[in-house]
Amino acid sequence: MSDPHAGFIIASYALTALVVGGLVLRVLMDHRALRRALAQLEARGVRRRSARQEATR
Amino acid sequence: MIPTLELATSDRVPRFSSLWNLANPTRFLGLADRLLPWLAALAAALLAVGLYLSFFVAPPDYQQGETVRIMFIHVPAAWLGLFMYVMMSASALGTLVWRHPLADVAQKAAAPIGAAFTFVCLVTGSLWGKPMWGTWWVWDARLTSVLVLFLMYLGIMALWRAVDDPGRAARAVAVLTLVGVVNIPIIKFSVDWWSTLHQPAAVFRIDGPTIHPSMLWPLLVMALAFTMLAVALHVAGMRNEILRRRVRSLRLMEAERLDAGVETAAGAAR
Repeated sequence: MSDPHAGFIIASYALTALVVGGLVLRVLMDHRALRRALAQLEARGVRRRSARQEATR
Repeated sequence: MIPTLELATSDRVPRFSSLWNLANPTRFLGLADRLLPWLAALAAALLAVGLYLSFFVAPPDYQQGETVRIMFIHVPAAWLGLFMYVMMSASALGTLVWRHPLADVAQKAAAPIGAAFTFVCLVTGSLWGKPMWGTWWVWDARLTSVLVLFLMYLGIMALWRAVDDPGRAARAVAVLTLVGVVNIPIIKFSVDWWSTLHQPAAVFRIDGPTIHPSMLWPLLVMALAFTMLAVALHVAGMRNEILRRRVRSLRLMEAERLDAGVETAAGAAR
């Protein structure tokens, strides 16, 4: 791109990629951490009432 | 008449209850798990097509040259910033009026996504403004009202964090969100009501778009890609929020159980 304003265009797309990438990464890492926390709680025998009822059926 | 009425009533009740069942968090988690791979794939495919059209098909503008390519991310980001806020306002009504089980979950998950797109809109607008207007920023009505939208998002996110109980936080945030919705028509019509450096609407106009189709199509594809991305992120964010509340309630249950155990042990030792 030989445009004199190429820097502005590249900066715009790079920033958007960074923000969108950050959003995606945040959601994925959050999901992983929450699943791990739930698994740890269940391993310690802490379960929701509905989950306990399903387990005893 | 009577059989028709009976048919209409019996037809309506199951339909309403099935909609309500879909709002059940456990059912929503199942639906989200099934939907998310498709939404993510669709967003990625649309983004790939949109970027190809934006860089290799759309011509440079006769006045702005290559700089016009910033439009393909700036405008969809602006639309999504507004869209997420309107979505949050509908959810706020769901929280306050209908007490819908997923309304505040939807509201909370939407705020960071809307804030991120509004931030992208502001910064890419600034990066577009410097070479075209000769300035990074002006305090005109459009730019200022979008900055207010961004500040509203930050305020809403701060309020969610400030109140521990999700139910109380949801009601406070819902009221704040509905107060802030007055800014949405101001943003939309600011370019018509006041004299602004920002150009007037070029796509959603009564007399039709004023952009040449060679630039309009890449813009619409990018807007669709951003929308799919936002929907996928929102569904994933809602799924996380439901899981976060489950973790919170299970931790409370565990703490209560431990507390009861300590009291029993202390009673036995006495």
